[in-house]
Amino acid sequence: MSLTESILAGNRLSISRLLTQVENVSVEGRAALAELFPHTGKAHLIGVTGAPGTGKSSLVNQLALYYRKNEDKKIAIVAVDPSSPFTGGAVLGDRVRMRDLSGDEGVFIRSMATRGSLGGIAQTTASFTQVFDAAGFEIIIIETVGAGQSEVDIARLAHTTLVVEAPGLGDDIQAIKAGILEIADVLVINKADRPGVEITERALRSTLELAHPTKRVYRHHGQNMSVAAVHNDMEAMWIPPINKTVSTEGKGITELAESIAKHAAHLHQSGDWAARDRARLRSELEILLREELMSRFLENLPTTKYDEIIEKVINRVLSPYEAVQYLVNGNVPHPNPLPSREGPGLMVRKIGE
Amino acid sequence: MTEKKIRVLVAKPGLDGHDRGAKVVARALRDAGMEVIYTGLRQTPEMIAEAALQEDVDVVGLSILSGAHMALAPRIMELLKANGQTDVKVFIGGIVPDEDMPRLREMGITGIYGPGASTEDIVKDVREAVKL
Repeated sequence: MSLTESILAGNRLSISRLLTQVENVSVEGRAALAELFPHTGKAHLIGVTGAPGTGKSSLVNQLALYYRKNEDKKIAIVAVDPSSPFTGGAVLGDRVRMRDLSGDEGVFIRSMATRGSLGGIAQTTASFTQVFDAAGFEIIIIETVGAGQSEVDIARLAHTTLVVEAPGLGDDIQAIKAGILEIADVLVINKADRPGVEITERALRSTLELAHPTKRVYRHHGQNMSVAAVHNDMEAMWIPPINKTVSTEGKGITELAESIAKHAAHLHQSGDWAARDRARLRSELEILLREELMSRFLENLPTTKYDEIIEKVINRVLSPYEAVQYLVNGNVPHPNPLPSREGPGLMVRKIGE
Repeated sequence: MTEKKIRVLVAKPGLDGHDRGAKVVARALRDAGMEVIYTGLRQTPEMIAEAALQEDVDVVGLSILSGAHMALAPRIMELLKANGQTDVKVFIGGIVPDEDMPRLREMGITGIYGPGASTEDIVKDVREAVKL
């Protein structure tokens, strides 16, 4: 049996070994991915993000347990933790909270380090989901690093993004900052047995109302005041529900799974499922293209020339922008083209030897 | 472009609750640039073999202070083999009496470390055993 056949048949050792190849961006890994690609596009990708300590891993554990018990679906979990920027090493500890899932053949947990990537997931996380998708895992849960406000890569990868909050972590100003909350399809307040849960819920709700103005009735000085909707297509809009959970006790998980299912149904109904798929593949293609062009460009560039240009930037002879123009075009367009007797056009500045 | 990394599973089989040593070793391996999957306390041999399989590790580090190493280690070796992971190197840290060491090595345990072992030696031995 070939590697691809073995993956499609769900052989766990083959899957595991291929993931390593993919993570190391080996030629074999890329070849296998290419063969598997036609078999992808079936799984529901669920992203789980949120600040450290909000209980993402425990929540993923509970969700996976729920799906195994109630829907009999095969679950893959990709848990991402940060690599040290200094040594490149990493301690990947998400499995500690997922011990309930061991011994179940229908669950596959794989930890991965970011290896220098900054968006909360690793560069090869998307490829990991493709391997699992092809191997027949119907739900793929991706747990991000959880470094906070800039983790938006997950929204590009997942169909449904869960943003996990916990009481006492931030005020309403945190909540209106751009970034992480905007990517939420479902909001989760975990540790909802803790004090301060009402404050967190109120902050999140008011943020949502700012982002999704909708027709509702306000109570003002004892009067019911109806506020007209701003958009006409309110019906079609998805407003992220707020789910309260206590993942250590398994509370609120059923309702959370319902919210996720509703979101999936909404995506299918509105055509957003296909739109997200398109956007994801487009961005994946762009990233790979950029990488390829960059490595090809650098291959053809003598290192001495590159060093020479860097030296000019360091000595303030060239700005970084000009340096790029020079490297790519061989000359530097003058920033303020002077009127020239030969007619209009860009003046070209020569770089002195 | 990413390069190959040594992946190590650090696990504590059995019932003793002392994970200080395992954490110190995990951290030392991390500082040496390796990716360490830490699974926490009270793991069964089955859980450890399953994690090793899913994570495709090069090395498994077992921390055993309960004296149950002669029961736990053979079972883990057996399960790794059954899963087709015969190339995985297994190390043990903890309290292992001298007279048990030859039998553990016979079983295929690559390294055994007692109290006072230096993390530098462990890192060096892991690197040598894997040779990536």
